Amino acid sequence: MAWRGRDVITALDFDRRDLEELFEVAREMEAYARSRRDVLRGKVLAVAFFEPSTRTRLSFETAMKRLGGEVVGFSGPEGTSAEKGETFADTIRMLDAYADCIVVRHRAEGAAKLAAEIAEAPVINAGDGASNHPTQAMLDLYTMWRTFGRIDGLSIGVMGDIRHARTVNSLIQSLSNFDVSLYLIAPETLYPRREVLDLMERRSVRYVVVDNAKEVIGKLDVLYVVRIQKERFLDPLEYERVKGSYRVTPELLSRGKPHLLVMHPLPRVDEIDPAVDSTPHAGYFRQASLGVPLRMALLYMVLGE
Amino acid sequence: MERELVVKKIRRGTVIDHIPAGKALQVLRVLGIDAADGQVVALVMNVESSKLGRKDIVKIEGRELSKEETGIIALIAPTATINIIRDFQVVDKYKVSLPHIVVGRFRCSNPICITNMPGEPATYRFVLVREEPPILSCDYCGRYHTVEELMGSIT
Ligand SMILES: [Zn+2]
Repeated sequence: MAWRGRDVITALDFDRRDLEELFEVAREMEAYARSRRDVLRGKVLAVAFFEPSTRTRLSFETAMKRLGGEVVGFSGPEGTSAEKGETFADTIRMLDAYADCIVVRHRAEGAAKLAAEIAEAPVINAGDGASNHPTQAMLDLYTMWRTFGRIDGLSIGVMGDIRHARTVNSLIQSLSNFDVSLYLIAPETLYPRREVLDLMERRSVRYVVVDNAKEVIGKLDVLYVVRIQKERFLDPLEYERVKGSYRVTPELLSRGKPHLLVMHPLPRVDEIDPAVDSTPHAGYFRQASLGVPLRMALLYMVLGE
Repeated sequence: MERELVVKKIRRGTVIDHIPAGKALQVLRVLGIDAADGQVVALVMNVESSKLGRKDIVKIEGRELSKEETGIIALIAPTATINIIRDFQVVDKYKVSLPHIVVGRFRCSNPICITNMPGEPATYRFVLVREEPPILSCDYCGRYHTVEELMGSIT
């Protein structure tokens, strides 16, 4: 499907051709990620972060500015009239009158879809609840594509809170476009939701769910790590018991393939031992640094002439 | 000989036949018909049926349900048949079939779904993703619901 003017609401809306096209452009944009390429001069991007997320917001703002465009917007409910009782829908209508494209982040699931129904300008979902974060998934796949030159054929472990982490749902949706083997690694209480299992079945994704990384670490090309939050456990002792098993250490990685790439959407807390940072396995800093060129490509394709 | 039932024939309206025994009240609920509407409705429960053993029948006097309205019955009573009656004659008869989309009838069970945020113009809307048993996905947040879960949140 053509990219121009398109809403970016869920990862499932983008098939492998769309993604490969995006990746080719992102690759070109890498050369401009520290300079400028004035292809969106005169365009205005509205960045509407009803819920703060500094990393994602700065990545979009930087991308727009590197392309010569302007950014307006707010972060947190203070900047809006939401505190005075204005609805989300009315705030979107206002932004639609000002901007050429609206980036939305909101705690309510489905908020970006509603915004897209209301706004004439294209809407990009920068995270809604725990359900979707499609541009993070595009970045994750782009990092794999840049590292391995392909996504087909990769064995990918996803470890941590697979049930609640907002990036995992979109990641798995995006990966379901490719011929990959998935290893979902989590304690039983945080096993994937039925929605995710059903998606993998419907799209014939090869996957296994295990509760221990040691069983599968030797098979993986990528280990994608997400945080396990203490609040997700009814019993704090259960959390204390399991947390160590989902931590990435040099010892765990020593059992893996030499090229095993560790990824993380960041920010991290203690799920990756800092000693991993200096090993060739650490892929998360590069992953973060590719966020700007990937979003430059995305904005250019949605908004460019 | 099929004995004439406890309930007389209707002149005009809709007869929902072949409802699995015990489901008639749920069929009325899912159609949004209750006593407060003043609608004349006859329920026949647990009658003998050659197909189902026992079945329920619902007769709605004076109101012809459209195909859009009756699709939702298939969620509760997949075996149901619809008979449209005019002048005591059956003028249309068909089996219910599962709706691909259900708008406005059920609430999403996800408390942080945008459809549950007060004042926002997001209509409850579900898409059928599995048929047996039926599973419906909220069109906004993607959460899956069984029919049982949806019946607990009828609007
Ligand atoms: Zn929902």
